Amino acid sequence: MSSRDDILGRVRAGLHRNASNAAVAREEMLAALTNRSQGPKPGIDAEPKALLERFRLKSEQQSSTVDIVAQESDVPAAVARYLAAMNLPKSAVAWPSLARLDWAAAGLQVEGRGARDADLVGITGCFCAVAETGTLMVCSSPDTPATVSLLPETHIAVVHASRILAYMEDAWAVARKELGALPRAVNFISGPSRTGDIEQTIVLGAHGPYRVHLVIVSD
Amino acid sequence: MHFKANVHAKLADVVLQGNLKNAKGKFVTRRAEAIKDLDDFEATRDAAAAIRNKVIDNLDLWLECFERKALDTGAQVLWAKDGVEVCRLVIEIAKKHGVTKVTKSKSMLSEEAGLNQALEAAGIQPVETDLGEYILQVDNNEPPSHIIAPAVHKSLDEVADLFHKVHGTPRKTDIPALTREAREVLRAHFLTAEMGLSGGNFLVAETGSVALVTNEGNGRMVTTMPKVHVVITGIEKVIPTLEDLSTLMRLLPRSATGQSISNYFSILTGVKKPEEHDGPEHLYFVLVDSGRADVVGGDFHEMLRCIRCGACMNHCPVYQTIGGHAYGWVYPGPMGSVLTPLYAGIENSIDLPHAATLCNQCGIVCPVKIPLPDLLRKLREKQTERGLRPLTERIGLRLWAWVAQRPKLYALGARVGARYLKWLAGDTDRIRLLPTAPEWTLGRDFPAPQGKTFRELYAARRSSTPRA
Ligand code: SF4
Repeated sequence: MSSRDDILGRVRAGLHRNASNAAVAREEMLAALTNRSQGPKPGIDAEPKALLERFRLKSEQQSSTVDIVAQESDVPAAVARYLAAMNLPKSAVAWPSLARLDWAAAGLQVEGRGARDADLVGITGCFCAVAETGTLMVCSSPDTPATVSLLPETHIAVVHASRILAYMEDAWAVARKELGALPRAVNFISGPSRTGDIEQTIVLGAHGPYRVHLVIVSD
Repeated sequence: MHFKANVHAKLADVVLQGNLKNAKGKFVTRRAEAIKDLDDFEATRDAAAAIRNKVIDNLDLWLECFERKALDTGAQVLWAKDGVEVCRLVIEIAKKHGVTKVTKSKSMLSEEAGLNQALEAAGIQPVETDLGEYILQVDNNEPPSHIIAPAVHKSLDEVADLFHKVHGTPRKTDIPALTREAREVLRAHFLTAEMGLSGGNFLVAETGSVALVTNEGNGRMVTTMPKVHVVITGIEKVIPTLEDLSTLMRLLPRSATGQSISNYFSILTGVKKPEEHDGPEHLYFVLVDSGRADVVGGDFHEMLRCIRCGACMNHCPVYQTIGGHAYGWVYPGPMGSVLTPLYAGIENSIDLPHAATLCNQCGIVCPVKIPLPDLLRKLREKQTERGLRPLTERIGLRLWAWVAQRPKLYALGARVGARYLKWLAGDTDRIRLLPTAPEWTLGRDFPAPQGKTFRELYAARRSSTPRA
């Protein structure tokens, strides 16, 4: 007998599985998969201004820094400002989807591609953002490679205010509508990587970025 | 597993005692703070328990559902009855893809299976990448002492000595500098390993995905950089939908580390598309039984709800005093005292169900409402039913039962006992050493009785107070 059959057989025996209780259970399973009921959620003011404010506050609590600009064309200058203030290099890798911005005008050398180990700054967008916890939702695709938010020591993310949602549940609904099936990797990112493994002392910058800077486009 | 001997050693270990004391307050206060921002924590716990019940009550169907979906995404699904089979499957996969190095993010199942040793024996290098797990691996493969913070028993000084020794770098005691040193060593491994191995916090039936919770980003590394990704996880980890995932995620990081969300929460589905820049080309799920299937539908069914947050051990007075290694296997604390007997055999872990005061701190904090003290009590019953308790205890209990059924004799015994204890205490109100049960007074004093038994006091009171 295959291990699969053996394991499932013993699970079925434990549950006293028979044809009639299987039919009932199958229906319940189908219902759960179609209803997708949601659990209790903390109350959040869903008014756009309040969402932005909460997202900003929570992001800062996660040790991200936040800048707000009026329109997307302001992003390169904002990024250049941040890099200068932090004494970071003026060259970066970015999602191919962001290569269309006029980075050169802001004095930056930006290449749209996946990241390599030597890249020090990575610039990404995000699929949407979650105000409840101050979290970016980042989806992988050829135009939005996962490595850009992972390998470089500095991660800069462009967030459109209109994409800030209250809850992770809302983000799933948008993903189903806009993407259909889930992409290979959905990453929820909340601030720089960290570890508390030595004496429960939180240190920023474990294996991922040391710093996360958000440029919110208020649209 | 020599629990009692371990306990004595751990209690006498001054360094360990200091490290444990340092750790315990942090976990407890951070969690208490973090649950405050859920408006209805109790209702969220109820919802989480209901989600887990939904699956484990019909586990066969949910497993088939997950398997179907995962296959649709291009993943492969393998099944392992025990640790031996886990090792065999993983080594087969590695050989098939010409793997010489495996980077690992934390997987308790791989600890259960002893996978690192098996990989090494097969000539494949396993590299632990969670900082805590890495510290333990380079310290002669020491086992973890906590499921969330594996190296919680180690002090900064110990880590400083260790890194100095294994990395051959100048000794440093600055925690950020030590962390950077590990980052640099491990980055090289991330970039060169052909296979990444992870556990799975949840398997989502709706989408055939695995959900991974990490803070360090190592989980992302091992599932993004190598060309092969293997997920090793228990068969009970399935949950229905992405919405259910969101509910459970409100509880897991809060209960584990007191974070409202972990830094990285990754939902991984299928393999890299040809036009994609990164991601594994091959994804394997190894669904592991190792004792779980036989727990389904039985007396300990509820234990399968566990989401491995570690809150029960963080709040356990016994764990806080002896640390995780004393429990002798992969899972420490109250959850371990239930799981170890179930997965490794009741007869192999006689002391564990007794390593609890039944104070129910664990039951109160468990995010999926597992009644841990009830389960521990049931395990004690099983031991007694199967005649596994020591002979002296069994005879003692028989004797006690015989006496307890004879009220006059019992009263006499109690009178003699109470007076004997009072005599032992002398002028003080406590007994430093109980000659009949020295272990009871090993780390504490025994309060001395006043000299009269309850029945004597009761009788005296009835005769002195006039009836109304
Ligand atoms: S038993 Fe409950 S508290 Fe303990 S690890 Fe499992 S889910 Fe967490």
